Amino acid sequence: MQFSLLQVFLLLLITFSFTRVYLRAREGRVEQGAVIFWILIWGGAIFIVLFPNFTTILANKIGVGRGADAVLYFALITLFYMVFRTNVALENLKQDLTELVRQLALQDDQKSQDESKVSRSRK
Amino acid sequence: MKVLVIVPAYNEAGVIAGVVAGIRKVKGINLVLVVDDGSSDRTGELAEKAGARVLRHTLNRGLGGAIGTGLAYAKNYKFDVAVTIDADGQHDPRDIRRVIGPIVENKADVVIGTRTKYAHEVPLDRRVMIKVSNWLTYLLFGFRTNDSLSGFRAFSRKALDNIHIKTQRMEVSNELFSQIKRNRLKYSEVPISVSYTEYSRSKGQTNMNALNVLTKLLLRLAR
Repeated sequence: MQFSLLQVFLLLLITFSFTRVYLRAREGRVEQGAVIFWILIWGGAIFIVLFPNFTTILANKIGVGRGADAVLYFALITLFYMVFRTNVALENLKQDLTELVRQLALQDDQKSQDESKVSRSRK
Repeated sequence: MKVLVIVPAYNEAGVIAGVVAGIRKVKGINLVLVVDDGSSDRTGELAEKAGARVLRHTLNRGLGGAIGTGLAYAKNYKFDVAVTIDADGQHDPRDIRRVIGPIVENKADVVIGTRTKYAHEVPLDRRVMIKVSNWLTYLLFGFRTNDSLSGFRAFSRKALDNIHIKTQRMEVSNELFSQIKRNRLKYSEVPISVSYTEYSRSKGQTNMNALNVLTKLLLRLAR
């Protein structure tokens, strides 16, 4: 099998991405589900780079026409979905932050009430 | 009946003392609680001097965050009624008695003070925004209200136990209605008067962030 320059470049890029997933997973910074997701994405990308004709077969099956178009559509949909998930994750993070700030405010109030009770009882 | 008045405030040093003093004049209120939402001015200090208890957010978390903290306080200390009122001075504290009326009479769990009866007091752009928001509340949550953006609200003990606010900023006004519906709380509306000043118009819900509110609500629904 002879590789074109683009294929070599893409394979290097994907290999680099794979190492990132592996390293972050080893550090425990990526959840198991996310690791599987990225393995599937990058594994699929390697398969497409190695067998580009497969995309044409797939495109004909789903009625898109060109293989490159099918890949582009798939990539766009995946990207949109990931942006959505990131947004939701960010919102969840903000909610957690608000809850933390809330609990701190309530605890500080409780502490100051306790302190004032103690100082009153000393008098 | 233990009544708590919650005033969510962010950088309201110019008016907060007057607002707290006005609320304290109303009979039957046990405590005025100012939730200082990470103000960079002397809001908290001035509110305390005026006789309010102050809870301080170390970071600004928005209107929803501040109201949520106030409601959590009301729940923790077993208040029978909690009222939220804007810190910018647009509400008349004398309306508090009327807004809590349906809860005292056991006719409602959540009461909203609506500005519709005195619509002539509300600037046109605000009236349009209220209409759009009411429509949005109906579309997203299937709840009909005459003033989904009102900051003047009262909650019974039952409502305090059941409502858990998730949104953090201005979209809290709409979210409350979804919680009222989901928890099957009794709902009532009471007309209130408002006084719009240059100051109060520069605060709170601006026309520009309406789109942002819509995006946040859609994101919440779609998750």
